[in-house]
Amino acid sequence: MVHQYRLNGYNIVLDTCSGSVHVVDDAAYDIIALYKERSEDEIVSELLQKYRDCPDVTEEELRGCIADVRELEAAKKLFTPDTFEPLAFDFKNRSTVVKALCLHVAHTCNLNCSYCFASQGKYHGDRALMSYEVGKQALDFLIENSGTRVNLEVDFFGGEPLMNWDVVKKLVAYARTQEKTHNKKFRFTLTTNGMLLDDDVIEFANREMYNVVLSLDGRKEIHDRLRVDYAGNGSYDRIVPKFKKLVDSRGGKGYYIRGTFTHANPDFTKDVFHMADLGFDQLSMEPVVCAPSDPAALTKEDLPVVLEQYEILAKEMLKREKEGRGFTFYHYMIDLTGGPCIYKRISGCGSGTEYMAVTPWGDLYPCHQFVGEEAYKLGDIWHGVVNTAVRDEFKTCNAYARPECADCWAKLYCSGGCAANAYHASGSIRGVYEYGCELFRKRIECAIMIKAAQAEQA
Amino acid sequence: MKHIKTLETRDLNKSVKTGGCGECQTSCQSACKTSCGVANQPCENPNK
Ligand code: SF4
Ligand code: SF4
Repeated sequence: MVHQYRLNGYNIVLDTCSGSVHVVDDAAYDIIALYKERSEDEIVSELLQKYRDCPDVTEEELRGCIADVRELEAAKKLFTPDTFEPLAFDFKNRSTVVKALCLHVAHTCNLNCSYCFASQGKYHGDRALMSYEVGKQALDFLIENSGTRVNLEVDFFGGEPLMNWDVVKKLVAYARTQEKTHNKKFRFTLTTNGMLLDDDVIEFANREMYNVVLSLDGRKEIHDRLRVDYAGNGSYDRIVPKFKKLVDSRGGKGYYIRGTFTHANPDFTKDVFHMADLGFDQLSMEPVVCAPSDPAALTKEDLPVVLEQYEILAKEMLKREKEGRGFTFYHYMIDLTGGPCIYKRISGCGSGTEYMAVTPWGDLYPCHQFVGEEAYKLGDIWHGVVNTAVRDEFKTCNAYARPECADCWAKLYCSGGCAANAYHASGSIRGVYEYGCELFRKRIECAIMIKAAQAEQA
Repeated sequence: MKHIKTLETRDLNKSVKTGGCGECQTSCQSACKTSCGVANQPCENPNK
């Protein structure tokens, strides 16, 4: 499968099944588009006609270029047939180990952001804090079920995990004592709204957390619209200085300043640039996912605006990079040479199999976005996964599971998409969230264009 | 004249043989939890 697009002056050709990326001139772009439908002679005469005003485009040039295309096809870098589907079906029988847990250490929050899938009540349960005993059992469960895998990931998530900070610290300490005995390495992530960050938290987080995710929606007026406390006061002024302090003393370790954009700011690049102007350089901004009836939901009219914003963002990132003030954007990070193998590309996030979420009382769910959906409860950390039907449904949910993805060029970049988005949009984890797909494809186009531009400059 | 410039990429077909060790990080398409999407997953297999 081949996908061609033009962006920011580049003609880009993606060969889905080999993962190859070609940057081509106009004539080659047209040749590749015609290659499977016309004979060589037909292509040559059609293009000689089309480019009659370009002296460079001669018959000899065109035939040479067609020969190059043929060579790439033979080398399996263009028009590569899709031979991966049988691998996807083997996935059913694949044995998997658990490698990551999301610990919902606090189902309570000190902010009341209306769009939050975790905001009070939406977790369909009472406010709760995870006890140390439950957390410890969750870590033991992870160690026991992780086979020979060395690197284990644990996210401290909420609600707001800092509302249960002592337990977080004790769990980190416990995990460290287990690393040598079991030959494991824990990588912790903390996701926080920043309200309770103080020097103790900053020092600990910068020592122990592999990654820290800091929630900020961008411009003050945008952030303070939705990210408010229970009295209705915005949180921007209280958190930004703390985020700065944390990032300044992080010593180059990973972090994300992440925000959510909604119908209120489809022009979200202003918010991304605002984050960058505050001095942060690892940024993320995501479209809200909520019921279409929610006033925050992105509308059909927002779509072209958002798509254009992604292009603006990519171009501005290249410009700032040249000026020596570049930043990274989560959804544009793509590793063309050292990225994941085909198995990972097919299987995606691993929710429900390699990755699960643990509630404050020890129940297991396929991922943080399914917590509270009773039908998706997998089991608990004492008895393990007992709902094998749901686990198997997730296990076989991959890039080849959905008819909608069969002809989509992006399937090996997206792995069939996010099961939670699909579920919320269509009622089934095997559905497709088409709006999200459109944004996703645009983001990959932009991400690869950035690579093309960087390759040209190098 | 060079009409086609091919960027260096990992060959997915070759990774059928070398891949699948499972040491890489889990990924999430939303950044609200951990740190990477599928496309930017660093592969952690030293023999890839
Ligand atoms: S972008 Fe959408 S259609 Fe394409 S592979 Fe992903 S989920 Fe499937
Ligand atoms: S289902 Fe979606 S939200 Fe859940 S882990 Fe996978 S990509 Fe992330």
